Amino acid sequence: MGYPHKPHPRETVVLSEHFGAAEARSLDGWKTRGGYQALQQALGMEPTAIQQVVKDSGLRGRGGAGFPTGLKWSFMKLGDGKPHYLCCNADESEPGTFKDREIMRWTPHALIEGCAIGAYAIGAEDCYIYIRGEFTEPLEVMERACAEARAAGVTGPNAMGSGKTVNVWVHKGAGAYICGEETALMNSLEGKRGNPRIKPPFPAVAGLFGMPTTINNVETLAAVPHILNKGAEWYKKLSRPDNPKSTGTKLWSVCGNITRPGNYEVQMGFPFGEFLQDLCGGAPNGRKIKAVIPGGSSVPIITWEEAESALMDYEGMVAANTMLGSAGCIVIDDAQSMPKVIARLARFYAHESCAQCTQCREGTAWTTKILERIVAGDGTAEDFDTLLSIADNMTGKTICVLSDSCATPVVSGLQRWKHEFEALITRTTIHAVPALVG
Amino acid sequence: MADTPKVNLTIEGRPISVPPGTNLIEAAKQAGVLIPHYCYHPGLPVAGVCRMCLVEVEKAPKLAPACATAVAEGQVVHVHSEKARDARKGVLEMLLINHPLDCPICDQSGECELQDYTYQEGRADSRYREPKRFNPVEDFGGDVLYVPNRCILCTRCVRFMGDVAHDEVLNVSERGDRAFIGKFEGKDLTHAWAANVVDLCPVGALLSKDFLNKARAWELDRTASVCTGCSQGCNIIVETRDNVVMRFRPRSNESVNQFFMCDEGRLGYREFNRPTRLEVPSILGPKGHEAVDWDVALEAAARLLRGKRAYVVASPDTSNETLHLLGRLMRKSNGVGLYRVPQGPEAPLPGAPDLALRVDRAANGRGAEALGFTRSDTPFSGLKAGDALILVDQDVTGADLAAVGQASAVIVLASWMPAGLPRAEVVLPIATTVEEEGTLTNLRGRVQRFMQAKAAPGLARPSWFVASDLLGATGESAAYFTAGDVFAAMSAAHEAFAGLSYDTLGMRGLPIAGAMAGATA
Repeated sequence: MGYPHKPHPRETVVLSEHFGAAEARSLDGWKTRGGYQALQQALGMEPTAIQQVVKDSGLRGRGGAGFPTGLKWSFMKLGDGKPHYLCCNADESEPGTFKDREIMRWTPHALIEGCAIGAYAIGAEDCYIYIRGEFTEPLEVMERACAEARAAGVTGPNAMGSGKTVNVWVHKGAGAYICGEETALMNSLEGKRGNPRIKPPFPAVAGLFGMPTTINNVETLAAVPHILNKGAEWYKKLSRPDNPKSTGTKLWSVCGNITRPGNYEVQMGFPFGEFLQDLCGGAPNGRKIKAVIPGGSSVPIITWEEAESALMDYEGMVAANTMLGSAGCIVIDDAQSMPKVIARLARFYAHESCAQCTQCREGTAWTTKILERIVAGDGTAEDFDTLLSIADNMTGKTICVLSDSCATPVVSGLQRWKHEFEALITRTTIHAVPALVG
Repeated sequence: MADTPKVNLTIEGRPISVPPGTNLIEAAKQAGVLIPHYCYHPGLPVAGVCRMCLVEVEKAPKLAPACATAVAEGQVVHVHSEKARDARKGVLEMLLINHPLDCPICDQSGECELQDYTYQEGRADSRYREPKRFNPVEDFGGDVLYVPNRCILCTRCVRFMGDVAHDEVLNVSERGDRAFIGKFEGKDLTHAWAANVVDLCPVGALLSKDFLNKARAWELDRTASVCTGCSQGCNIIVETRDNVVMRFRPRSNESVNQFFMCDEGRLGYREFNRPTRLEVPSILGPKGHEAVDWDVALEAAARLLRGKRAYVVASPDTSNETLHLLGRLMRKSNGVGLYRVPQGPEAPLPGAPDLALRVDRAANGRGAEALGFTRSDTPFSGLKAGDALILVDQDVTGADLAAVGQASAVIVLASWMPAGLPRAEVVLPIATTVEEEGTLTNLRGRVQRFMQAKAAPGLARPSWFVASDLLGATGESAAYFTAGDVFAAMSAAHEAFAGLSYDTLGMRGLPIAGAMAGATA
């Protein structure tokens, strides 16, 4: 199967409409597809009016937290005499998530347009798109598109002839997961080590370079031009009318033990069971789906039974004991060992912990060591209590949520698949403490 | 000040009012409650990383880091609630899983905050069954040694070098539990104030090479004093064992040195341990110097002074008290008093206000000036034939000693015999700064007390005591029983010191009249 796939009839293609169309990457190609009309319109509006349209649309942050975008923009105090900044979080590193990558690869101008509108709406003249270091192709595409837009006067000191300055810059990260945390991203942009900052102060008060800053995900900003073009009501009607809290469409990255992996754009509130079975083709080789991590590796792992009846929106995922997160869906079939999966996830967090907070620095590594020991057949029954106790110490006590994210799969996994862990325990007593290694 | 609005809150059931913006750790201190913490230090920017200071604030959804949480009106804070204690217990356990637990061979043992809080509220056992992380010891340059296995990554050292010393040498290298304190390529801890990172380190990760394996913390006696290395007058603690000075450490004084002292001053303790001390009074007899009783020596000195003009050359490290008494001797005979100030390059600590290792490497030049002494680079050149020279200094290297021959007599008050001095009729052994009590006046005019940290050897006596006896031997009334008595007499006699006393000076000192209080450069 080619990639990207031909959209399934039940998909609602808005952001992904032009995925796969190479000519949409160019400025001309984008303009013939209706590009930059929204920006032209926005630059003639009052920033607060743009904020209102986005508020009315119900658009919420697509990076994971799901904070209402229009409300976030309204936190920026317009006319305070300070430079404002917009940061676009393109440090897409959440395991299982690769939707922003496709937006940048295929529709770079959609993102640039969204960034320019967003920057104007919050009183910023500069927007920085912070791209994950490993994203070499998206970086190239984005850089080319940014240069093209600037050369054509779409962005720059007199954006689209409006007399207003809107600069969109691309910045390459160095490949650290933690730099996707908004304050770490700002530190990294400033040239510092990518450590999350203590909040308060919140970015809207003191963010990038100490100035009021808003930070939005790629998918969030890419949705803004569509909302301005077609209106808030249109956007709201894209999703199920029975849940006005989650509106529009959502891109889902699906990977793991699934027949048709890839990015899918469906309306908010789409039935998860049908999505996985019908659109994605279920588990390959006649296997059964055992577990699903719906929103990127940081959300609780749920069983197929929980996932089957879930609705794919912010509230629906909470009702299914998990979270929408970044909608990076990892599917695990019944041939997999859950302890092994969870140990691998923990290892990722241990590797990526920024080392600031004690519980995260030590806890992620400790958790990993215990899990890997269990997987190696060297676990003991007391390890479960220790794991849960460490997880408790790692939850809600640190500067950012990386620590919590490591604890989440451990706790949710132990709750649901304890028997798989127990099956690996062969010892009844504590083994000897290993000697200090050099 | 009374009009400044205050914020009212309750910490551990104790009501307290503090200025807005105060963080919970500082507010708790004022309420008499210690919130355990590692990364927070009042002299450094807040990092909020150790998570040790998590406290329960009523109505807040999560535990709050006390260092990064400002007080709010009506706040109710619980430091020792079960939730807060459990969180700290968790942090302590995490801090110890990779720690070598080598307290018996660790220099920090006994003054280690990891040890203290673990004993106070940590787990009695460990649940850690995995191999521990290991990193080798590293020489950080200067006086500093890094033992990464004991490091808790609180980043106090990194913040001190970056934000206070403005010399980016240290960083956090690597991530996760592989993280350690690293040095930037080609950099060393050679900054003139770098050794403060050793004091700032709450555990045994940063150690002084000079102090390494010399003494256990609990063997040391600690005495409040003032550094005599330069005119800044940093407040210090003199730490001694068995009558030997083991090290100097800074003592906090917001008006003088914040929490810091420079490396040169820190290593200045060695001066006070030099051997070949003058231990007995002596007079020059037919067979050279003869040891004599104090009475005999003082009588001989008084005889030599009779009818002569007293020409006093004093070290500018001499205390205000002693200089005041010498001043009386000098005025009684229409004599003169001079002092010579050794100099060296200035080394500021940029992140602290008005704090530097000063060009003038003398502790009491300002006091000498206030007490009628004159600064001179050639203090002996004014000696006239027949003057009686009173030298109160152990160091005359490089001085214009040629004129000393003109003096009718040379009376020396010193702790060590001044090398190169051509003659001395009477030698009176005196205590050093760490062996007596007194006050010094720093370059901003702040008068600060220092205490006796150790006993003087042999028959050596405090300098104020000897000066007072000498004054008495010349027929003046000088019945002082304590340094405080001398200070009282001095404040009565000198306008500059008027109104000051040992009681009002306290441990942080006060400015002399005419000095800009809390002057900042």
